[in-house]
Amino acid sequence: MVDHILSILIFFPALAGMFGFMINKDSIRAYGVAVGVIEFALSLLLWFWFDGGVAGMQFMEQIPLLPSFGINYILGVDGISLFIIVLSAFITMIGIASLTETPNVKNMIVTLLFLQMTMVGVFSALDGIVFYVFWELSLVPMLYIIGAWGGPLRIYASIKFFLYTFAGSLVMLVGMLFMAYFYYQATGEWSFAILDWYRLILPENLQLWLFLAFFLGFAIKVPMFPFHTWLPYAHGQAPTIGSVILAAILLKMGTYAFIRFSLPMFPDASVALMTPIAIIAIIMIIYTAMVAFAQKDVKQVVAYSSISHMGVIIIGTFALNVEGISGSVFLMIAHGVVSGALFLLVGVIYDRRHTKLMSEFGGLAHVMPRYATIFGLMLMASVGLPLTINFVGEFLSLLGFYQQSHILTLLAGTAIIVGAIYMLAAYKKMFFGDVTKEENKNLPDVNKRELLALIPLSIITIWLGIYPKPVLEPINKSAEAIVQLMHDKSITDEAKMRIPSPLNKAQTSQTSSEGAH
Amino acid sequence: MLEPINVSMESLNVMTLAPMLIPVIGALFILVVDLFKSNLDKTLYVVLSLLFLLIDFGALVDSSGLFMQNGTLMGMFDVMLIDGLAILSQFIIVGASMLFIPLALTNKRFHEFSYPEFFALFLFMISGFQFMVATDNLILIFVGLETASLALYTLIAMHNRVKSFEAAVKYFTMGALAAGFYSFGAMIFYALTGSVEIGQIATTLAGNGYADLGFVLVAVTFLLASFSFKLSLVPFHTWAPDVYEGSSAAMAGYMSIVPKIAAFVVAMRLFEFLIHSGVVWLEVVLYILVVVTMTAANIWALVQTDVKRMLAYSSVSHAGFVMAAILIGSTQANSALFLYWVLFSFTNLGSFSMLWISRQKKLPDHQSSDHSYDKFAGMIHTAPIAATSMALFMLSLAGLPPFALFWGKMYMISSAVTSGYTVLALIMALNSAIAGYYYLKLIVYMFMKEPVVDNDGTVYASNATLALRFIIGFAAIATIFAFAVLNPTLEFITSFVYNSGY
Repeated sequence: MVDHILSILIFFPALAGMFGFMINKDSIRAYGVAVGVIEFALSLLLWFWFDGGVAGMQFMEQIPLLPSFGINYILGVDGISLFIIVLSAFITMIGIASLTETPNVKNMIVTLLFLQMTMVGVFSALDGIVFYVFWELSLVPMLYIIGAWGGPLRIYASIKFFLYTFAGSLVMLVGMLFMAYFYYQATGEWSFAILDWYRLILPENLQLWLFLAFFLGFAIKVPMFPFHTWLPYAHGQAPTIGSVILAAILLKMGTYAFIRFSLPMFPDASVALMTPIAIIAIIMIIYTAMVAFAQKDVKQVVAYSSISHMGVIIIGTFALNVEGISGSVFLMIAHGVVSGALFLLVGVIYDRRHTKLMSEFGGLAHVMPRYATIFGLMLMASVGLPLTINFVGEFLSLLGFYQQSHILTLLAGTAIIVGAIYMLAAYKKMFFGDVTKEENKNLPDVNKRELLALIPLSIITIWLGIYPKPVLEPINKSAEAIVQLMHDKSITDEAKMRIPSPLNKAQTSQTSSEGAH
Repeated sequence: MLEPINVSMESLNVMTLAPMLIPVIGALFILVVDLFKSNLDKTLYVVLSLLFLLIDFGALVDSSGLFMQNGTLMGMFDVMLIDGLAILSQFIIVGASMLFIPLALTNKRFHEFSYPEFFALFLFMISGFQFMVATDNLILIFVGLETASLALYTLIAMHNRVKSFEAAVKYFTMGALAAGFYSFGAMIFYALTGSVEIGQIATTLAGNGYADLGFVLVAVTFLLASFSFKLSLVPFHTWAPDVYEGSSAAMAGYMSIVPKIAAFVVAMRLFEFLIHSGVVWLEVVLYILVVVTMTAANIWALVQTDVKRMLAYSSVSHAGFVMAAILIGSTQANSALFLYWVLFSFTNLGSFSMLWISRQKKLPDHQSSDHSYDKFAGMIHTAPIAATSMALFMLSLAGLPPFALFWGKMYMISSAVTSGYTVLALIMALNSAIAGYYYLKLIVYMFMKEPVVDNDGTVYASNATLALRFIIGFAAIATIFAFAVLNPTLEFITSFVYNSGY
């Protein structure tokens, strides 16, 4: 079982989903939760078996699929993907558990289980085409969730979501085919294995083109400015569960893919395009923060703030050093927990009032004190208050990027602080002051089922904020390996300089400490 | 006195004719059965045709074994040419026909299936297509093409609706024009080289260094136009949507697969040697043809209100996509063509069969055409399994992994990448994204809209019998699990294409 734990993690939910069709619709919810819990337990088992001292891939599996063309079913995890897999199992479990009254609940649960298969698949695939298969397949369940259970504009939103991502990833597919072809030219054998591609050293101009081809696919998924326009629609129309999964996991596919593909495969292009991408990311942070401030709908505020934080993840990734990359991976997990929780919280109030307009609320802290407390905690985390989970990631990301550019880091840092304004303003509008509306006077506070979902998220937020080490250390280990690979592979002098070798650094710090003795 | 001609039977290699003769014998047999006892049920004819096709398939397996041993086989005064292309395409032709013929076993009675002639014509048509692909003699290609086409026109008209007659006549006139173009182009080649065999023509032209390039270009223009008609490439595609709309869904699905693979093989034989000998003009024209066909057909498909017309335009677009293989001309591209077409057969057969089983004899008032989008609204609530399989076929047509057609698309784009057609590869990829929209449109109707009031879901399977359900199930399973048999299929195809020198 240890050898095949990844395949089990991928296909167990899909199989369970298939069997789900046979279950009576009154019991399907319990079934969904049960499957979610088993899947989460399996993912914890993966974490338990995972050797934190190893930087490379673990639990590798390989089955030939189209060997004459170099396509194999290869799986594996390292410190970077491990926690995202655990997170996706966790969020899906929480999501199913907190599912409110839904029409056609059976279809919803089955769809969620299929979605889970694709998510775990993306994060554990080590073959370009297998990655692409799961990457594309994840669009279908989400399309259905938004399109069938969404708001009034759901069809437009779901099609926009699908086509935008689909178009971007087709360009990425062409890039992948090029990579396989270059590998074929270099070695005489076709291969789509990512670890094989890592060994390929490409000239700089080719790197740039390929980087751009992959970039288009990833940037639309993240989504980076100016490709972000599908996301507010998707969030605005999606049901709560859709938004939770979209924000917590699906968006991470893009940032994860940057670390898995773009950085190690194209180190020189990454260095060459570091500044433009950082500038785009900073525009993303500032611009979406401003847009968020102008929103009247609390869900849109959360959606835009989520895009804004994705910008910080991008900045951390393109710091191209160990601090930045491990910070950005940590922030991915943090963002998953916090934005997932925020969307759940918005869902709670929406269920009660069937509106998300902030002007409809006010003084909720008097009526729903527990709700206000959890909301406040998550809001503080989202803003990046020290001792919450987001702070660790944001701090490390910015620390990493500080080594590349002081001015841009300063800008990004300021933008994050300014970004706090809109969140606090939204909080003030909703929770403080007098209860102005009659309908709000007797709102029930969060109930048990909602607490069941929210309390674990709150605990993680504080736990990993205070003591991030168990998660951060394996991430750090793998980030070091990636940076080392980039340093060794890079061909231009600038790239060698910009990507410091973690090995040398460790040695110099060791010698200097020895000198101090 | 002329010497008496002395031909030994052995040099004739009669076995090369076997796969083509079997359907002819089958057709005659069916006619004879009808002579002795008329008014027999259609099931008899269906099964008889199926049996003859099975024997035909067996003969093909046999000749593929021979090909693997001895390489290309010539026969009948070197008119027949059994090479890898011929065998592969015949596999597709006969295989797709075997899957098609059980579609006649509908629940409702349709006019055409009550005649034994329908099945006889059907078998004659298959034999025509087989002749067409198994020769490099321009005259025999013409004979095969016309045999098949004339039979096909009649099969369409037998659907016995006003629109079917319109479709048949339209197809006939267009086909006649294409035949004229074809014979004119072939004539010029004969005038230039004194031969009607493509291999001979290529050698002669190369021998004199394309001295009469002007005439060659005129001939190529005519032939290209003729095959563009057959393959429905833009701007010669205008007949396609009308003919598809007029014929029964089953026949339309058949037309989108079998006649086209025959035409592709002939186009491959004809145009590839020209492209490889550096006729730049042809390359440019083909490039434009491919890009325009893919893109324009996709855009037209976006605005259709009827699912069958949408699928018609989508088939046009797919043909353009596959035509890229002939432009690229590498072994990988040619193998991709066959791989693509095998996978496309399953997917397209499935989607057209889904339309076929939901065919009503009488249209309700709110419905403007046989297969309008509205008809499929809210299908997930009333017929979940049918909706899911339809969605599956649509996703596969859109090229979503891991469904069948994705692998064909990927391999085709990869062949463009490998041969240095980067821009073409990008255009092909982006066209798949455009195409995504209209396939999604049907999914949106099926999964996200509410059903029309008086639709209780029975309509989606009103025509279904066990045989039809089996065909659809088979297509669905093949679509999902294509990746499992991909490697042997691809190796088989590649070795056949490579050993035929393409």
